[in-house]
Amino acid sequence: MSAAAPNKAGMFDCRDSFAATIEDLAANDPRIVTVVSDSVGSSKLGGFKKKWPERMVNVGIAEQTVVAVGAGLANGGKIPFVSAASCFLTARSLEQIKADIAYSNVNVKLIGQSSGVAYGELGPTHHSIEDMAWLRLLTNLTIIVPADPWQTEQAIRAAAAMTGPVYVRVSRMPVPALERGNGTFEIGKAETLVEGDQATIIANGTMVHRAVAAAKTLAVEGIAVRVVNMATISPFDEAAILAASETGAIVTVEEGNIRGGLGGAVAEVVTANIPVPMRIMGFPGFVPTGSADFLMEHFGLTEAGIADAVRQTIARKK
Amino acid sequence: MSLTAQSHRNDLVATIAEKALWIRRRSFQMVYEAQQGHPGGDFSATDVLAALYFGVMRYDPKRPNDPARDRFVMSKGHCTGAFYSVLAAAGYFPEAELSDYMKPLSKLNGHPNRNYLPGVETNTGPLGHGLPVALGIAIAGQIDNSDFRTFVLTGDGELQEGSNWEAALTAGHRKLENLTLIIDRNRLQQGARTEETASLDPLDDKWRAFGWHVEMIDGHDHQQLLDVLSASPKGRGKPLCVIANTFKGKGVSFMHDNVAWHHGVPTKEQYEQAMAELV
Repeated sequence: MSAAAPNKAGMFDCRDSFAATIEDLAANDPRIVTVVSDSVGSSKLGGFKKKWPERMVNVGIAEQTVVAVGAGLANGGKIPFVSAASCFLTARSLEQIKADIAYSNVNVKLIGQSSGVAYGELGPTHHSIEDMAWLRLLTNLTIIVPADPWQTEQAIRAAAAMTGPVYVRVSRMPVPALERGNGTFEIGKAETLVEGDQATIIANGTMVHRAVAAAKTLAVEGIAVRVVNMATISPFDEAAILAASETGAIVTVEEGNIRGGLGGAVAEVVTANIPVPMRIMGFPGFVPTGSADFLMEHFGLTEAGIADAVRQTIARKK
Repeated sequence: MSLTAQSHRNDLVATIAEKALWIRRRSFQMVYEAQQGHPGGDFSATDVLAALYFGVMRYDPKRPNDPARDRFVMSKGHCTGAFYSVLAAAGYFPEAELSDYMKPLSKLNGHPNRNYLPGVETNTGPLGHGLPVALGIAIAGQIDNSDFRTFVLTGDGELQEGSNWEAALTAGHRKLENLTLIIDRNRLQQGARTEETASLDPLDDKWRAFGWHVEMIDGHDHQQLLDVLSASPKGRGKPLCVIANTFKGKGVSFMHDNVAWHHGVPTKEQYEQAMAELV
């Protein structure tokens, strides 16, 4: 288990899991280095810097270079974890991620911190709700959106263990530790958290615990809804989507844009195979001013909002 | 310099000259047969490439991933005529494969791909990518205290990309003496002179201000190239920027310093005339 501790409400900041895991990995593998663009604190890498100052490369506020330097360090035999706020890491340096990382197919791990709308009132310049859409188009790039502290640790360990480029989206939004049996994490395999056959909610990241809560509400009403945690976006678990189609109604929920992300990826599989009524939940585009919690409420990304969407989608079944 | 060392150096210069001529002829044949390419930039970069691969760098084409190898990053990735030719001449793949240049499904894409060909360190094409990647390679060497060197060749117009200056800042800050940037200063970009587009001069002052040691040389003079590039970086305490003053289309009269040959392709008559001059 990760060394990350919960807050008073029992909720976790997944960046703590990232930081604890990377320190544990680095202690056992000298090839692991971190690369930051003045993003030490925001990545919670202060502990790493203290232990291994020579293994942290800080290029200053220069996102194009932070990604390219990751590619160069991999060429030099390192396993670089490039960590910065996901809004800048993925947008400012998208061409470096495309050419230097994905197309070159190098062993670099990109850690997009504080993704989604976590920066709240700072606004859309600092939100990262587009990253899923533009990154999932890049061949070779594995994409993981962990849902809780345990899965964040697993994702970081899996990223370090595989050879090839990986993007891990790490949230700063408080999330609970999800209830699981003996959980296992495998890249490219979805995790079913709640069984059900009348509809399926497919969620990832910070939306998973809300989806589970919605399914519990619906269960009280006698509606049996499956909840699938689709932590890996690339490669995509198409079998889990086909199985979801068989429940006859699908609702996707993500802390991202409703176009081109998790919902879009699910829709591509659903429409090409077993079309069923679908609802894609997320943000419609640049959002107005508000805290992250306000924005979630405002756009219905809540237990109640998700439950409503499921009822409406089931009603559209033929 | 001892007589033996002098003799060895003369041999190297002769080899570089011979290889440079071969690269110009072979790359122009590639461009002529493909009816595509960037021959003007191929020719301005040819002497730098020949000097690096036949006088300066340590590498074994049979072990292209040897951790101790010197690295070369071709940031001006559009000049694959010259780059593929020098890799073939160096033994990374058979010369016969050069005839596949830009053919359907060929490994010899218009821009280099490390997953297709040994000897390519990183995929380039979009400008301003090579120096930042080379910076990362050099930092890996610095962390490990390895003695391999990293060389990167950029165009000059390419320096209008801001990413280069991000990398320049960190290279100077880290005093990366194992990193050498060579600028192919042919003063022409795609459609016009650099100084008429977004001027770069005084280019040497810019690099010095970023903490680099600067050498300005004739980029077609094999002796100067050999001397400046093979000098030991140990103790310099700064990254090295070599401003290689060159001419686009160098070696063929009608292409010399002529912007039309950035991505111009020759007719049969032009090809034959060029080959008659390249001897």
